[in-house]
Amino acid sequence: MKLERISEFAIGLLFGLGLIVAGMTDPSKVIGFLDLAGRWDPSLALVMGGAVLVGVLGFAVARRRSTGMLGGAMQLPQARHIDRRLVFGSLAFGAGWGIAGLCPGPAIVSLVAGEPKAVVFVLAMLAGMGAFEWLEVRKKRRRTAAHPA
Amino acid sequence: MQIDWAHFTPWTSFAGGIAVGLAAVALVLLHGRILGISGIVGGLLRPRGSDAAWRVAFLLGMLTAPLLYRWAVGPHAVTIDAGWGAVVLAGLLVGVGTRYGSGCTSGHGICGLSRGSPRSLVATLAFMGAGFVTVYLLRHVLA
Repeated sequence: MKLERISEFAIGLLFGLGLIVAGMTDPSKVIGFLDLAGRWDPSLALVMGGAVLVGVLGFAVARRRSTGMLGGAMQLPQARHIDRRLVFGSLAFGAGWGIAGLCPGPAIVSLVAGEPKAVVFVLAMLAGMGAFEWLEVRKKRRRTAAHPA
Repeated sequence: MQIDWAHFTPWTSFAGGIAVGLAAVALVLLHGRILGISGIVGGLLRPRGSDAAWRVAFLLGMLTAPLLYRWAVGPHAVTIDAGWGAVVLAGLLVGVGTRYGSGCTSGHGICGLSRGSPRSLVATLAFMGAGFVTVYLLRHVLA
């Protein structure tokens, strides 16, 4: 068993536990944060605040590295442009998040809890992601066909 | 605006946030990768093979968390008020939206903001805004 795999597993475990302790795996708590006009539960703001507080320090160090400490290239996103895909994709994601109170991380963690609606959500999410991949592949194929190298 | 004092959990939410932040920092410092769940899962749907191992290891860790938590504390609450059709629609929107948007709450909201990425700031404002508006419509206009 490679050390890297054990480390990645442990980090996933820490992440999952963090989400559970934070209450983010409870959709009603997430919607409580998104319900500004109703009884507002600010908890999610503190989750993000705590995470970004740690994150700013960590990424300041990471930015200066070219490799991970356990090996592998430092793969930080390089894209800088703000385009329609980013905005409309995020709007769509936010709408879905507001409907069920679930986003990818908490949904996956709640799979194991055996909540049937969480399972259905994840299946639908995977279908949506799969549809995206299919559309992207099709678009690339058309572009290559129109402009053969 | 009324604060929901009955449900507000400042200390555990902040502590959980710190843990989430530590996980993100660990993944980038040790492995050079962004802790963005939509990206980690989305990457598994691509035929790239050699990239899959770390993603699977990480996701297995995530899936183990509720088991460990249940053993130590008890089952965690998962209250979903949305109906079945709404859950399917929500899943599709999240699946398609996070891929087009290149990220989700962990990728953009935590990693991106921590990096000071303008793209992630725009994305986060967009999905937060959409979330607020959607809940407002569902709870106070259409309800």
